[in-house]
Amino acid sequence: MAQTIAETGISEYAAPTTLAEAAELMADGNATVVAGGTDLMVQIEAGRRHYKDRLVNIRRVADMRGIEIVDDTVRIGALTTVTEVLNDPLLAEVAPVLRETANRFASSQLRNMATLGGNICNASPAGDTIIPMLLLDAEVALTSWQGAPRSRYVPLADFFTGPSKTVIEDTEILSEIRFAKPKPGFEARFRKSGPRPALEISTVSAGFGAVVGADGLSGVRVALGAVAPVPYRARKTEAFLEGKALSAEVVEEAAGIAAGEVTPIDDVRSTAWYRTHLVRIFVRRLLNPETA
Amino acid sequence: MTLKVDIAFTLNGRPVATTVPADMSVLTMLRDHLRMTGTKYACGEGECGACTIIVDGQSVNSCLMYAADCEGRSLTTIEGLRNADGLDPMQDAFVRHGAIQCGFCMPGMIMQAKYLTDTDKNLTYEGMKRGLEGNVCRCTGYKKVFDAVAEIAGIES
Repeated sequence: MAQTIAETGISEYAAPTTLAEAAELMADGNATVVAGGTDLMVQIEAGRRHYKDRLVNIRRVADMRGIEIVDDTVRIGALTTVTEVLNDPLLAEVAPVLRETANRFASSQLRNMATLGGNICNASPAGDTIIPMLLLDAEVALTSWQGAPRSRYVPLADFFTGPSKTVIEDTEILSEIRFAKPKPGFEARFRKSGPRPALEISTVSAGFGAVVGADGLSGVRVALGAVAPVPYRARKTEAFLEGKALSAEVVEEAAGIAAGEVTPIDDVRSTAWYRTHLVRIFVRRLLNPETA
Repeated sequence: MTLKVDIAFTLNGRPVATTVPADMSVLTMLRDHLRMTGTKYACGEGECGACTIIVDGQSVNSCLMYAADCEGRSLTTIEGLRNADGLDPMQDAFVRHGAIQCGFCMPGMIMQAKYLTDTDKNLTYEGMKRGLEGNVCRCTGYKKVFDAVAEIAGIES
């Protein structure tokens, strides 16, 4: 422990209660943000991350909580916990895929702590909640202090630049996730794989969303996790499926295209070969839920 | 040296005021600082649930929460379940059903079971099993744990 303490050297601790205060505390770019804490503490302990001078605990920022619809835009405060996603009646109605994913997230205790904003900022290629948010074409508000809190909005699909790497600046806080209320008929599904049901860092995760019409699919979105340096939208698969009706041949070809747009690695959890294999299976099952 | 932070919070119904390093976990504060060793340290990364406590009505892994964040909050640990009348009904059920094994994971499991039965009055058998996923330890023998929790939850098994 003595060594850990010597290395950390936090010289200031703050627990702001408003986004304005939190943003101002970030202004010099010398702050570590903690929300749920579930990733940060583990990474610090493992030596993969180090504290900056100021530890900013944003858990009490009231204006980064809550879920609402304003003018057909769904707005989710970044501090919303996975448990809150699981229990929210509005999300159950407008974005059930988020609830479905929340139900597969870690454990009860971690769902009570972990926040949606934290799961995004951790930028794991395997971050579970990122997949449904990609399917919903979400964007994130990055808030910084410019005499007052100011936000820029970045599509989630453009937010990640590598494992644990994002476009967020040291002066910014991810304060909100927002997406257009899905069109009538929009269906979305999520699958993940790992050797046990709970607390699993996904070997592969995948999601599919589209408006399923009588004459074919429209607004197709396919998102893949843990098969590339970042979670991402599988654009070639999406383009192939757009406008098509789902036949056995179309499903098979889409699964093949998806398997062709992955760049997985071999690591402790799986091999590139097996991950590619799983993508093929998952896309097949996502498109054909009756066979799953 | 890491900064120290003054905090005041409620622990098992009693007010506590103390000073902790800004990077200390709640678990370390409980065990090493306040000498309350009922809450167990096992994995230290949220995988095992042995350190589960209840904070403002929510079960959490105390190894992953900053002690500094206790400010103003209300914490319940395994030591807080016992009252003047004796063991909490959940503890009593664990004893009667022999839901023990080596015992190390039990304080966390009892706290999570308390959380589940306190927050969901319509808890199902499946919901109970899902709710205890974050406490699965190295050994087996969960049947007796499920029997104890199901009894308290009033679930027919």
